[in-house]
Amino acid sequence: MSTFLGMPTAPRGVGHLRGADPFPVAARRALGNSQLRRNLAKATTTIRAKRARVVGELPDWEELREAGRSIKAHTLAHLDEYLEQLEREVTARGGAVHFARDATEANRIVTALVRATGSTEVVKVKSIATDEIGLNDALAEAGISAIETDLAELIVQLGHDRPSHILVPAIHRNRAEIRDIFLSEMDDVDPELTDVPSALAEAARLHLRRKFLSAKVGISGANFAVAETGTLCVVESEGNGRMCLTLPETLITVMGIEKVIPSWTDLGVFLQLLPRSATGERMNPYTSMWTGVTPGDGPQQFHLVLLDNGRTAALADPVGRPALSCIRCSACLNVCPVYERVGGHAYGSVYPGPIGAILSPMLTGVEDNASLPYASSLCGACYDVCPVKIDIPSILVHLRARHVEEARSASRVPSGEALTMAAAAWVMASPSRFAAAQRGGRLGKMLGRGGVIRRLPPPLSGWTQARDAPVPPRETFRQWWRREHGPDDGGAGS
Amino acid sequence: MRIALFVTCLADTLYPQAGKATVRLLERLGHEVVFPSAQTCCGQMHVNTGYQREALPLIRNYVETFGGCDVIVVPSGSCTASIRHQHSMVANRLGEAELARRADELAKRTYELSELLVDVLRVEEVGAYFPHRVVYHPTCHSLRLLRVGDRPLRLLRNVAGIDLVPLTDAEGCCGFGGTFAVKNADVSTAVLADKMRNVLATGAEVCTAGDSSCLMHIGGGLSRLKTGVRTMHLAEILASTRDDGA
Repeated sequence: MSTFLGMPTAPRGVGHLRGADPFPVAARRALGNSQLRRNLAKATTTIRAKRARVVGELPDWEELREAGRSIKAHTLAHLDEYLEQLEREVTARGGAVHFARDATEANRIVTALVRATGSTEVVKVKSIATDEIGLNDALAEAGISAIETDLAELIVQLGHDRPSHILVPAIHRNRAEIRDIFLSEMDDVDPELTDVPSALAEAARLHLRRKFLSAKVGISGANFAVAETGTLCVVESEGNGRMCLTLPETLITVMGIEKVIPSWTDLGVFLQLLPRSATGERMNPYTSMWTGVTPGDGPQQFHLVLLDNGRTAALADPVGRPALSCIRCSACLNVCPVYERVGGHAYGSVYPGPIGAILSPMLTGVEDNASLPYASSLCGACYDVCPVKIDIPSILVHLRARHVEEARSASRVPSGEALTMAAAAWVMASPSRFAAAQRGGRLGKMLGRGGVIRRLPPPLSGWTQARDAPVPPRETFRQWWRREHGPDDGGAGS
Repeated sequence: MRIALFVTCLADTLYPQAGKATVRLLERLGHEVVFPSAQTCCGQMHVNTGYQREALPLIRNYVETFGGCDVIVVPSGSCTASIRHQHSMVANRLGEAELARRADELAKRTYELSELLVDVLRVEEVGAYFPHRVVYHPTCHSLRLLRVGDRPLRLLRNVAGIDLVPLTDAEGCCGFGGTFAVKNADVSTAVLADKMRNVLATGAEVCTAGDSSCLMHIGGGLSRLKTGVRTMHLAEILASTRDDGA
């Protein structure tokens, strides 16, 4: 078994990859919020149905998924080469490329770049990478205000809240809540604002228009970067991205190193996979692409910040590596029975849901997000919808093993769970010990009332808080078999 | 056909009726069932909780116990899936290449009950009689790891007297997830609540599935709330006949 020492993980104390509470604690809190439960169930059910409809239209969907998977696998296997090619091409076309080892370094680079422009306000395109590193906080400390221009991100920012979904960051809010946020936080809002969606959108549009026209610096993430020409690509729905990417004098793009793809042909595959998986649309309304700097047109300064922040550590894990193939569509969130009940905040990271449960621990090191790989029933719905075929359930199981192995090598005293598992394995490894344990299990009968057990001691008390447990029957299967058929039968070893 | 039964540790210990029904059903269809007594557990709980090293002896035991059998039936989708998808993975990871090879070999001869009936024995009408309103929950691992599709439903539709009713959001998880049900008991319960709501809405007397573990979960909730709906393994319904006075 391999260990993953040597590759730096995302540092503590900066950014948003770690929650304050372990998942079960944060999840319990979320489960108690009935408004959240209703909003989430409604939103995820709607998106699920839309996605299923448009994916069903394509006879070659499975071939597209396989193409997406293999392009990503190939790119990750040659990541060093494609990053160098990307750097060369961006530089040759008038852009500047910066490599950032981690969140701290990326924040320092971006802050210095904004400072150099003399600007104290930036407009932002929705970007999870910049939220991952806590860029807005870092800019605020430097006296620079960052304005989120994606409608949902704006709702989150104005509500002093945290995003709870990769694609729909305010999925936990309904329109009545959004109206209340706008009324209390938007200085230029009409006090008669209703909660009709078009009225809410219009209020945001008016508020943002002034910001777009005055901002000198735009900050974005990137969905894809095409190595062969140094072209960046942002996919969006609202047009705010197009504004931020074209109007400011300076554009700074922060992008995880795994977002590079080799060629335009490859881009064609992902531009089919992403919108159908993400919003359930055949094509998203705005796809912006830019290559370096074009004199007299668009931003005249372009900086690309390539972010590691634990990605190389993730790359070093051969089983978990495909997590870096993620194109941030959120399809796995929308089908996840766990996400649907608890929402994104319970995961404590900018990457929630099934993909977050594997990606966050891989970026931070498993010990810093140890409860996340267990935040899944392993139902497999995520794997079925993933447009790049990331086998999330298998990676969850792998990370659980990494967690157990790392805990085992870190401490001399095994946990209660480890002792229970070892004891159970010792019993189960031998049919005679197993049969003896089954007879001992008849003691369970004493706990039972009316054929069921209503209360078990910890850790099984979690079961009986809401579910009866069966009373072991008078006769096990193997006792019955022996009685009916005689002592032994069949197997090769018998 | 001579069929070896891997009854699973859960059915052996807590739900022997699922194992007995499997035997009764296959014998009624004219097959010989054997029970290699050295069998214990597939190791799925250990693997899925992160204890792969502990699972290795269990995997070895499965491979050694069933190595000489031509066809193995398992009345559990998730244990079959563990044998098929996890045994060789764990063995390889722990440097046991030869065990992994044998495990892969054996996995090809290991079938979940509905797979065995429909694909190997080529039977969809098993001569069962079960005059009750029944709802079928297609468990996640049968559905997404084994891809059994509608095989269990085809078998159920051929049961005489049955009133088989559809389940809303049938493909949604019941929230069990092995040790997930204990480690994340609150979330597990919340998922279960919706599954129970859908089951109750059908007015069914019986909720069935191909996995005793999911049924233990759904049944545990239905029992706690005194809903009057009972859970039965698919094998129990398929084994029922007019003689049972069912």
